[in-house]
Amino acid sequence: MSDLEGLYREVILDHSRFPQGRGLVADPIAESHQLNPTCGDEVTVRLHADATATRIACVSWTGNGCAISQASASLMYEVLVELSPQEVTARIAAFRELMHSKGQSEGDEELLGDAVALAGVSKYVARIKCASLAWVAVEDALARAELVATS
Amino acid sequence: MSVVHDDRSNQASAGPLSNAAVATLREDFPALAGSVNGHPLVYLDSAATSQKPRQVLDAERDFAINHTSAVHRGAHTLAGEATELFEAARGRVAGFVGAHADELVWTSNATEAINLVAYGISNASLGLGGAAAARFALKAGDEIVVTEMEHHANLVPWQELAARTGAHLRAIRVTDDGLLDLDHAAELIGDRTRILAFTHVSNVLGTINPVAVLTALAHEVGALVMLDACQSAPNRPLNLHELGVDFAAVSGHKMLGPTGVGALYGRAELLAGLPPFLTGGSMITTVTIEKSEYLPPPQRFEAGTQRVSQAVALAAAVDYLDAVGLDRIRDWEAQLGQRLVTGLAEMDGLTVLGPGDGVERAGLASFIVDGVHAHDVGQFLDDRGIATRVGHHCTQPLHRRFGVIATTRASAFLYTTTDEIDAVLDAVRGVRPFFGVTGQPTQAPSPSPSQAPSPAPAVSPTVAARSDVNA
Repeated sequence: MSDLEGLYREVILDHSRFPQGRGLVADPIAESHQLNPTCGDEVTVRLHADATATRIACVSWTGNGCAISQASASLMYEVLVELSPQEVTARIAAFRELMHSKGQSEGDEELLGDAVALAGVSKYVARIKCASLAWVAVEDALARAELVATS
Repeated sequence: MSVVHDDRSNQASAGPLSNAAVATLREDFPALAGSVNGHPLVYLDSAATSQKPRQVLDAERDFAINHTSAVHRGAHTLAGEATELFEAARGRVAGFVGAHADELVWTSNATEAINLVAYGISNASLGLGGAAAARFALKAGDEIVVTEMEHHANLVPWQELAARTGAHLRAIRVTDDGLLDLDHAAELIGDRTRILAFTHVSNVLGTINPVAVLTALAHEVGALVMLDACQSAPNRPLNLHELGVDFAAVSGHKMLGPTGVGALYGRAELLAGLPPFLTGGSMITTVTIEKSEYLPPPQRFEAGTQRVSQAVALAAAVDYLDAVGLDRIRDWEAQLGQRLVTGLAEMDGLTVLGPGDGVERAGLASFIVDGVHAHDVGQFLDDRGIATRVGHHCTQPLHRRFGVIATTRASAFLYTTTDEIDAVLDAVRGVRPFFGVTGQPTQAPSPSPSQAPSPAPAVSPTVAARSDVNA
């Protein structure tokens, strides 16, 4: 596999062509819009609470941009399902660690699921921002989300 | 050194540039011999920044080693030498753009040059600069005219000036062919127009604007003309006196020079009345605690320590350009630009912005590959050692006008070969197959990726129907 094929793995190209969870859903508990001013990539993410209002049921998103930024949002959508805020934070941290691994990490599949396919991005400094856009949006939205505290 | 100075000085009369002549020139550019990702570097990002010949690198290094000293102060030998070299460089670069030495102000870049004018006018609008500056003062209701194709550097400073003075900013439209709409220009430029700011050559479209026509429109109503010459000074003969513009900005690093140096041209009579922008040391005559008197231009606009080695190196850069010959560079670039546009225009699923095949353009082209984002196109090309620019190229309004966020731009210079143009064309042909984009639209309702069954997330009962804001 060439570096380029390592960057644009089949699963990434699939997700960029057929994005999952794309389309904003009504009644979010928080929303964040993130823009990469250097290339104009943008992603808007919404967080949706479950019925108990203590957990994140899912995210919805929309955006425009390169294959990496859009596939990353799509892969993230599949990962962030029925999680506590702490679990979401742990996944964002795992993703960030993967992005800064300079090609040395395969990624934690238990936490990140198919999003580990984005591991190849970590070799391309200029593209880490693209891949991180949606995750940063979730992080930002989560900081502003109002969830019922659980003990 | 592959080409000695005396040889180069004879080149201008050596007939048109050819691949063979370019091959000789390339020996002067160490960077062009490099490789990227296992491929020979194909550098097609010269409109962003040019590679530098040894002669320029040597001039900067020679100054640093042998002449480093503060200019316009100190009485020792080195200080004298440094001042002489600095001022000789000013004369050299001024001559290169058809101006007198005292009409050329060193700046850090073209952006600073344009801001210098905008802030000078702003200061005049506050009443600074006395009677000589009154002609520059703007008031509410005055108009500043720009174009839709301006680089942000020749747009944002004018927006800010308008905001500070109450003037209105208006923009000449760009046609679908990427030309300025001259009827619209004639309509916009009127009695209220005080400033017309436009680019000579578009950094995205490659369009060459009719400077004389636009300048005449502005001067007819007494407006000042600011020309952004960043994309023209490197690649065509430029005579600012002949063009008759009032101000112009050039960028050193786009014309074989180092970063950190640019220049503002201003007609002598105008610079004499314009209040300063940056103030401090080196631009004064008498300073008391209460007030200061200023030096005449150009020193009035050069506060603080100057970029001396860069200015000296920029003079070496224009020596190099002159030795090759600006006519030859212009013609070679035009040939490369046409080859690029012709090749791109033949491809399916690809749109070139700007003048069509056969219309005069500079040696660059920005394009959109249907179904593939510019960032991905650029990555694919980079994997083959081809350096292009992706994004909005500091022209968001222009991209918006064409309904796109980002494009891929390939730009040539005097050291570019036809093989390099063919290499990028060949690589671009591979983009859509690699990304699996066929002719079909990709917006259709999408099946899940085969290897990634999509879990249906448990959506809370309050969640309503999806509404894609981009639909």
